[in-house]
Amino acid sequence: MTLAPIVQVGLPLLLAPMLLSVINRTKAVVAGRNGQPWLQPYLDVLKLLRKGAVYSGTTTWVFRAGPTVGVAALLVSTALVPFGGRPASVAFSGDVIVLAYLLGLARFFTVIAALDTGSSFAGMGASREVTFSTLAEPALFLALAAIARQTSSLSLSAMYGGVGVGTWAVAAPALALVTGALLVVFLAENARIPVDDPTTHLELTMIHEVMVLDHGGPDLAFIVYGSALKLWVLGALLVGLAIPARTGNAWLDGAAALAGMAGLAMATGLIESSMARWRLVRVPQLLVSACVLAALALLLMLR
Amino acid sequence: MSTWVDTPLVLVALTGLLLVASSRLTRCIRIVAFQGALLGVITVAVHQHEFLARPLMLAAAIVALKGAVFPWLLSRVLREADVRREVEPIVGYISSLLLGTLMLAISFRLSAQLPLPTPAVSSLVVPVALFTTFIGLFLIVSRRTALMQVLAYVVLENGIYVFGVGLVQGTPILVELGVLLDVFVAVFVMGIAIFRINREFDHIDTEQLTLLTDWMS
Amino acid sequence: MLLALLLIPTLAAIVAYGVTNDAVRRLMLVTAVAAHASVVAATWATPPASLFGGWLRLDALGRLFLSITAALSLPAAVYSVGYLQRESRGVRRDFEEGLWFANAPEATFTSCLLLFLAAMTLVTISHRFGLLWVAIESTTLASAPLIYFHRHHRSLEATWKYLLICSVGIALALLGNFFLAVAASNHGGAPIPLVVRDLTERAAELHLPWLRAAFILLLVGYGTKMGLAPLHTWLPDAHSEAPSLVSALLSGALLNCAFLGVLRAQQVLVAAGQGAFGQDLLVSFGILSMAVAAVFVVGQADYKRMLAYSSVEHMGVLAVGVGVGGAATFGALLHAVNHSLTKAMLFLVAGNILATYRTKSALEVRGVLRVLPASGALWVAGFLAITGSPPFGPFLSEFTILKGALAQGRVVVAGLYLALLAVVFVGMATVVLRMAHGAPSAPTEDTPDREPLLAIVPPAIIAVIVLVLGVYIPGLLRDAVAAAAGALG
Repeated sequence: MTLAPIVQVGLPLLLAPMLLSVINRTKAVVAGRNGQPWLQPYLDVLKLLRKGAVYSGTTTWVFRAGPTVGVAALLVSTALVPFGGRPASVAFSGDVIVLAYLLGLARFFTVIAALDTGSSFAGMGASREVTFSTLAEPALFLALAAIARQTSSLSLSAMYGGVGVGTWAVAAPALALVTGALLVVFLAENARIPVDDPTTHLELTMIHEVMVLDHGGPDLAFIVYGSALKLWVLGALLVGLAIPARTGNAWLDGAAALAGMAGLAMATGLIESSMARWRLVRVPQLLVSACVLAALALLLMLR
Repeated sequence: MSTWVDTPLVLVALTGLLLVASSRLTRCIRIVAFQGALLGVITVAVHQHEFLARPLMLAAAIVALKGAVFPWLLSRVLREADVRREVEPIVGYISSLLLGTLMLAISFRLSAQLPLPTPAVSSLVVPVALFTTFIGLFLIVSRRTALMQVLAYVVLENGIYVFGVGLVQGTPILVELGVLLDVFVAVFVMGIAIFRINREFDHIDTEQLTLLTDWMS
Repeated sequence: MLLALLLIPTLAAIVAYGVTNDAVRRLMLVTAVAAHASVVAATWATPPASLFGGWLRLDALGRLFLSITAALSLPAAVYSVGYLQRESRGVRRDFEEGLWFANAPEATFTSCLLLFLAAMTLVTISHRFGLLWVAIESTTLASAPLIYFHRHHRSLEATWKYLLICSVGIALALLGNFFLAVAASNHGGAPIPLVVRDLTERAAELHLPWLRAAFILLLVGYGTKMGLAPLHTWLPDAHSEAPSLVSALLSGALLNCAFLGVLRAQQVLVAAGQGAFGQDLLVSFGILSMAVAAVFVVGQADYKRMLAYSSVEHMGVLAVGVGVGGAATFGALLHAVNHSLTKAMLFLVAGNILATYRTKSALEVRGVLRVLPASGALWVAGFLAITGSPPFGPFLSEFTILKGALAQGRVVVAGLYLALLAVVFVGMATVVLRMAHGAPSAPTEDTPDREPLLAIVPPAIIAVIVLVLGVYIPGLLRDAVAAAAGALG
């Protein structure tokens, strides 16, 4: 049993970059290529850590603090998110709000670091990112509120611990709607297609990428690792709901959840391969639809 | 099993929201067809504990009529009307979606104030029925093409049908068949009217049907 | 006997559709309507038995409305013979815009007319709410082709609005029927059948929230068909574009049948002790209808639309009458009789004016008294009657309603009622009197030397009846109306 806490803390830290490589390899396989090596994200991070960074004279401490605060906030969030039906390392009533605000904190610092550079592209990306997040956050809150209502608690660990096969049997339609809403939020917050194309090279079409264009070296390593952690955090929220395996055996539940995460990453890769990024005016419609789905689920739970 | 009734009901509500957010006519016709098919599923699910022959026949009639005949009829009218497939609605996309959600909340609130004397098959029946009715009324008012107004009328009747099938246990199947027949005849007649409207006016935009009015004089 | 009432027009409709000879078909129309009217007259002598376990029954209220319908159909059928002779086959030029259009085939018109009569008969004799709903829906579907007789774009627009708005109203009424069924569900036991007699006898067992919601929906739904504001928007268009005899039947008979639907719901409410709830709603809708009609009658340029708004106003009067209750209910039902007869006559005369002057604009028609002496006299007499001047019938009924309102101390309602009636009087007076007097403005080649008999005699007979009713109400009629009013509390 002494192994369990270490595993619980170390698992996200170790495995988060694997999500990135699963997504990239899926896209490569669909395109008919072999794709990058499995450990490529780790190698990228390590390479970047060894490099030096160049800081522009027009930037201030904000620019340097941005990636650091971002990855720090995301590291703390991984401690808040339950995995495999077991409670998270840090759990208390109301940690839902703390999680949402940690994600917001990371986003905020990314945005002001981008604005600090004074580059117009970065400002444009920042405004788009903030617009989409404004619409995605109500969806996230409503979805989590629906789950909270179903399990009658405000702590993430209790919420996700309570979502078992029985819960699905009782409230399948509502939970399916919540899953849909969380999937849209997952894609939006992680800057995936159809909200944003992570592989584009054109600054005019970038939303998230353009905010981190000017970072290099260890800062970029933090950003890459932070994006992997964000994939893990939001993915765990989704997989915890979608895979209701709560047998009580920690290893079985954990293995099921890991399989779910891998499946989610593959699904993301498939989504990215099968469609193009939507026009910018249609993305708010997608996010509002996610809000409406979550609101419907909440209404169904409330009656 | 309540899920058999709940899931199609939630899907009916979702199709209502989807309809409010769409402006392409062919897409709207398909959504309404899907909604009609869902009604057939609900009919069978509600009567699943009883003798199944008559509900099955009724469900088959509904799926045939609302899932196949109406869409075919309306698509034919659409094809011959040669109209712009995407007409700007009076209320925009996001506003319509938000209004739809508001109507959903109102339907739940109203159904809470109308307590059922006998317990229904599912507690979702009254809210979803009211919601679909509201959506139908909203679409009649906010859409401009005559075809969309006929679709909105079908949606209105769908909402009323959900109410009838889900709640009124003692209603003989005859009444439901009568309702179905009525919708069929009404849509048939309206389809003919639209066809003639297009022939006379070269469009089916009812916003422009303002020859007879008292406000200008 | 009830079956005969339904079968005569229906079978005649089917046969008339197949007949190719115009003269034979018109003869069939008149004989079928005459046969129907004679069966209706027979029901006054011997009350017919109820059918299908009480689904079809002719009570006092239904018999009154059925008689109005039959009494109107006969003159309308006679008038239609002359009308159809004039509206011969072939392409014709439209009055207002000069475009060419054709008329619908006469067979369609005749059979739809008979089906319309059958549907209205069904409304008056059905006591089961579901069947009543089916009947009112079928009146919509049967009358739509009648409105679309002149096949041009204006009448198409009017028909479309009529179809859409009335269908939506009827759909809401269907929901009201379902709500009524929930109200009548007996806590899981055998539900109370939705027949008027059963509902009124076991009214104490009905669930009040659902009953009230059902009444609201039925009022809105059937009120759309009846022409209560703000759901009346189809009325002016349909009445101005339809042939005049169709407008006469719509205003005179159809609106009453829709009102019957509302009255049946009110019967159940009264039996359940919720009469006041329904009456308040009826008074509100009634005053609103009168106000809307008054606004649009003043300065109305189209004389058929003016008559249509007058119908809206009188439907409002009916609603106010039943809403006030007591003696005013008697007045309201008497007013239904008076208004139907007068309005039908006015529409028939308007048809004559239209045929001669070839314009619907009240500004262009002048000197009717000189060009068409008989029609002109009927036109002015009709105006006096419909606005409630003595010695005509509507004066008595409107006065009874006023007396009832004052007797109950509802001074505000009575005041508004009087004021709005006065406004409508002034509005219509300017239009009608201007049309009647002055130098003739008719195209001289169409001015007949002598007005066709078939176009004069039916409205004249109705006018005489209205005049008589203003002076003396036959005991038979008084008892019938009293019995009908008694059913409403």
